[in-house]
Amino acid sequence: MTALGKLLRTTAFQLTLVYLIVFALFAAFLVGYFALNTRRLINEQIVGTVDVEVTALTGQYNQAGIRRLVVIVDVRSRRPGSSLYLVTTPTGEGLAGNVGSLEPGILESEGWVETAYRRLEEPESAEHTALVRVTRLPGGIRLLVGRDLDERERMFHIVAVAGRWSVALVVVLGVLGGIFVSRRVLNRVEAMTATAQTIMAGDLSGRLSITGSGDEFDRLALNLNGMLERIDSLMRGLKEVTDNVAHDLKTPLTRLRNRCEAALRMAKTDADYRRVLEETIEESDGLIRTFDALLMIARAESGEVRDGMAEFDVADVARDVGELYEPLAEDKGLSLEIQANEHATVKGNRELVSQALANLVDNAIKYAAPDADAANGERAGIVVKTSTDKDQIMLSVSDHGPGIPAGDRSRVVERFVRLEQSRSEPGSGLGLSLVSAVARLHGGELKLEDNAPGLTARIALPRVPSQRAA
Amino acid sequence: MRLLIIEDDRDAAEYLVKAFREVGHVADHAADGEEGLALALDGGYDVLIVDRMLPKLDGLMVIGRLRTKGNTTPALILSALGAVDDRVRGLRAGGDDYLPKPYSFSELLARVEVLARRHTGRGEETQYRVADLELDRLSHRVVRGSEEIALQPREFRLLEYLMKHAGQVVTRTMLLENVWDYHFDPQTNIIDVHISRLRSKIDKGFAQPLLHTVRGAGYMIRDGAR
Repeated sequence: MTALGKLLRTTAFQLTLVYLIVFALFAAFLVGYFALNTRRLINEQIVGTVDVEVTALTGQYNQAGIRRLVVIVDVRSRRPGSSLYLVTTPTGEGLAGNVGSLEPGILESEGWVETAYRRLEEPESAEHTALVRVTRLPGGIRLLVGRDLDERERMFHIVAVAGRWSVALVVVLGVLGGIFVSRRVLNRVEAMTATAQTIMAGDLSGRLSITGSGDEFDRLALNLNGMLERIDSLMRGLKEVTDNVAHDLKTPLTRLRNRCEAALRMAKTDADYRRVLEETIEESDGLIRTFDALLMIARAESGEVRDGMAEFDVADVARDVGELYEPLAEDKGLSLEIQANEHATVKGNRELVSQALANLVDNAIKYAAPDADAANGERAGIVVKTSTDKDQIMLSVSDHGPGIPAGDRSRVVERFVRLEQSRSEPGSGLGLSLVSAVARLHGGELKLEDNAPGLTARIALPRVPSQRAA
Repeated sequence: MRLLIIEDDRDAAEYLVKAFREVGHVADHAADGEEGLALALDGGYDVLIVDRMLPKLDGLMVIGRLRTKGNTTPALILSALGAVDDRVRGLRAGGDDYLPKPYSFSELLARVEVLARRHTGRGEETQYRVADLELDRLSHRVVRGSEEIALQPREFRLLEYLMKHAGQVVTRTMLLENVWDYHFDPQTNIIDVHISRLRSKIDKGFAQPLLHTVRGAGYMIRDGAR
């Protein structure tokens, strides 16, 4: 694309062009209006002057008769720059005045008329136009008084020329201004494009420059920078996950491989091989579970599942999950109580919220020792509870287990983090990460609190205005 | 039972064909979507096992075309995508069951057998009976011998599902999906606890156990005397 072509295509230039046309039309209209008004003004002046003269001459004629009129008209006719005068007999014979010739029939009717004429003293000159008033005096004498219109035409001409010039000036200045403005805009856009290209080429740390003027380009640059920041942090997160996945999948894979190798080297009987194969399958199932959990977290964090969201009652979820785990809790000598009486509607993915709650209940059952509260003579209880406040719906699981030390609470939510005392229990270290990811996907959060003793894990979700509320 | 496996991974397909033959089924193999569609249309199969991503014709499209042509052979979709919405998409396209990769053969076998049976009869009966155990779906009553057994609603649904597929292996995942409508893996083997509760209600005190554990696969209700 040529530089000119590029310029012509800029929005700024096209806008300038549109404004230019509007302004030029406006200017032309103004000048035209001014010209017409000038013309009207001149006409009015002529009419005023002529009327005064006609009144004066008619007065003289009425007082002193035709002779006096002829004398006065003669005198006035000879003054330089005089008006036009003509006095005729009823038959049209000229008595006095400075008009040589007229369009025929002008004198027949009284009143105002525009006519071509020649002055008496310059019969050979081109015809001029004049605005004249014809009056019939008593006795049939006709009096014509008028003024040349050259002045009016000259004025009109001057205004027209001025108009043309000003329109031309507007156009020229407008085009120059348009070019100037669009070049400025173009330069900044070009600069942004150039930066964007270097970023695309792989340098994600690059940022668009901001002039500090706070204009729309600055705002655009700020927003684009924000977007880059988010992409950058997502990429870093992704890299971290990949590293973690690599580490946490490689460890069990190595174990798997070692075991097979050892079996090849040392196994003697079919039973030995069978045992190793069974262990291998078990281990690979564990790997698959870890992998599934990671994928699930990744999907929840990317917001990919947001499409399938619908409204549902978390009280139902609490009851269903509670009922699923109740026999397991009982087997471990724990009571599991469900307090979910109010309807609490949220919009989200029922399956994911169920899974999140299941993870919390599973944890509670896993870590709450059955004799934790034996000293009080009570059974150690797990409480699954829904509660609502002004704008949140809480889904909480409380136990009387060992709890999580305050300093570790933010850490346990991270992927693959397992506390020292829980390493003996089976688990992937992904359970709470998934809960947290699900909560964030729904615009909520996971809070871990002290249940003194034990732990209260609370999923807080934003509330949907419920139609079912009593 | 005759099976058609539409799968482009040759190793996986060979393994499946062999495994199904070992348990006494006939299995054919198609390596891409078009071949699979042609074979399936020729008919004669009890169940189709369709990989989600296939060369030439996508797995979901194979099923879609079969269905538009009026072919109702049950189809099980195998997918490496394995997420909630992908399963929904697969079932909406006309699939009858969905199994994410990687799967265990026992899981696949159990599901295929259930699909084949569903297709050849034994539909929605109002009463199920296994030996002297009787379940009435309308009155929600369960009777063993002359004794009425009281079950929780969920226990009833669990037994109902097992009895509907009496004589067939039902896996833990199948129970979780069909009785609880959960499609995630609840880490701890929670289903075992529910089964043992149910077992204590229907088998305890009776000479002949009906609810059996199939090692490495799942559970089965059957008349042990036969």
